[in-house]
Amino acid sequence: MNWLIDFFGDLANWSGPEGIPARLLEHLEFAGLSLLLAMLIALPLGLWIGHTGRGALLVVLSANAARALPTLGLLVLIVLLMGVGTIVPVLIPLVALAVPPILVNTYEGIRGVDPDLRDAAYGMGLRGGQVLGRVLVPVALPLILLGLRLAAIQVVATATVAAYVGLGGLGRYIIDGLATKNYPSTIGGAVLVALLALIVQLGFDLVQRIAVSPGVSRRQDIR
Amino acid sequence: MVEEPLVRWDWIGRNWPAIQGLLEDHVVMALVPIVVGLLIALPLGLAGARWRWLYRPTVGVMNVIYSLPSLAVFIVLIPITGLATRATVMVPLTFYALAVLIPAVVDGLTSVPDHVRQSAVAMGFTPLRRLLRVELPIAVPVVLAGLRVATVSSISLVSVGALIGRGGLGYLFIDGWQRQFYTPIVVGIVLVVALAGLADLLLVLAQRLLTPWARARGAA
Repeated sequence: MNWLIDFFGDLANWSGPEGIPARLLEHLEFAGLSLLLAMLIALPLGLWIGHTGRGALLVVLSANAARALPTLGLLVLIVLLMGVGTIVPVLIPLVALAVPPILVNTYEGIRGVDPDLRDAAYGMGLRGGQVLGRVLVPVALPLILLGLRLAAIQVVATATVAAYVGLGGLGRYIIDGLATKNYPSTIGGAVLVALLALIVQLGFDLVQRIAVSPGVSRRQDIR
Repeated sequence: MVEEPLVRWDWIGRNWPAIQGLLEDHVVMALVPIVVGLLIALPLGLAGARWRWLYRPTVGVMNVIYSLPSLAVFIVLIPITGLATRATVMVPLTFYALAVLIPAVVDGLTSVPDHVRQSAVAMGFTPLRRLLRVELPIAVPVVLAGLRVATVSSISLVSVGALIGRGGLGYLFIDGWQRQFYTPIVVGIVLVVALAGLADLLLVLAQRLLTPWARARGAA
């Protein structure tokens, strides 16, 4: 506890390019950009595969393999190959981390929609794209959001390793603290990252409550 | 940047005993949490499936635990379990495994259709035998799906422990980075992915052995 007071009570930690607000912004930049890129790749792909059923096995297998990729190893390798001029080397492993959960959950969500529901939608005269947009996606939304949430939390948590190769973000407090045996800084950084992950978690709970149709989430009694 | 091959095979040959040691350390630190996690998740999952009011808060707590960054938890644990010890890495990994496995056990058990449960009761199964002979076998696919995710991420996460001095194969990433030398990093990545792939394959095989009816139905 004293360490936390030392860290958060130190006014020098709250301003300037090495202050908490600046580090937090860097962290959000890495995490946000990676998540956005991962969504651009994984959402359309997951929707398409779930809807058409094409290439499903290949995608699920490669997504599982990608889950095994150690982010730290990938990061140091890419930085050694490309240098640290930009934030691209950080984005690649983080995107690789975020794509599998989004892709697999989107695909499973769409595929898991009751076939009767899908047939009913076609029967009512909706076309392929309309069925996807108006029936399949709303029904699959809880799973799609789950995938996004898992991806977001992992990216926020893992963006800390960017500091190891000399980039910014909240990981700086952890890595620098470890290197200089500055325990308050290390623990303070760890607590900040954990808090950020919790906020992301709560944010997604909120989005889920607002975005998922009451009929799907069973908040309304349906007979 | 220096022109250097991505992999120098002679380095691997010379350092193989050390790599093997790291590999063993990695396997232990990744798999012990999974086994312990499964042993804890089974009774907790059973309780959660029986008493739903108990399950909801458990899921909340597990979600919170899952969202804690591994590096952060390693560091917070250092004063308790020591720097660069196996326990510092294995304790958080056990909690991550629990966060995946408890919901998997509960979902698996609730996936048992009611008429199946009632048939078992009607056939005179005692509650314990019904659980062991009917409900758990039917729950196997869902539990194993969770187990696969937990195992693969555990194997991958151990390497983060290298940042606090105990990361199995993750040490190769630190070593390669500090010496600006590709080979250890490539070796580390390849071995981690191969290890995860092997574990995943074994679990898929286990699932085939444990659920022979699924294959019979597929063939029919």
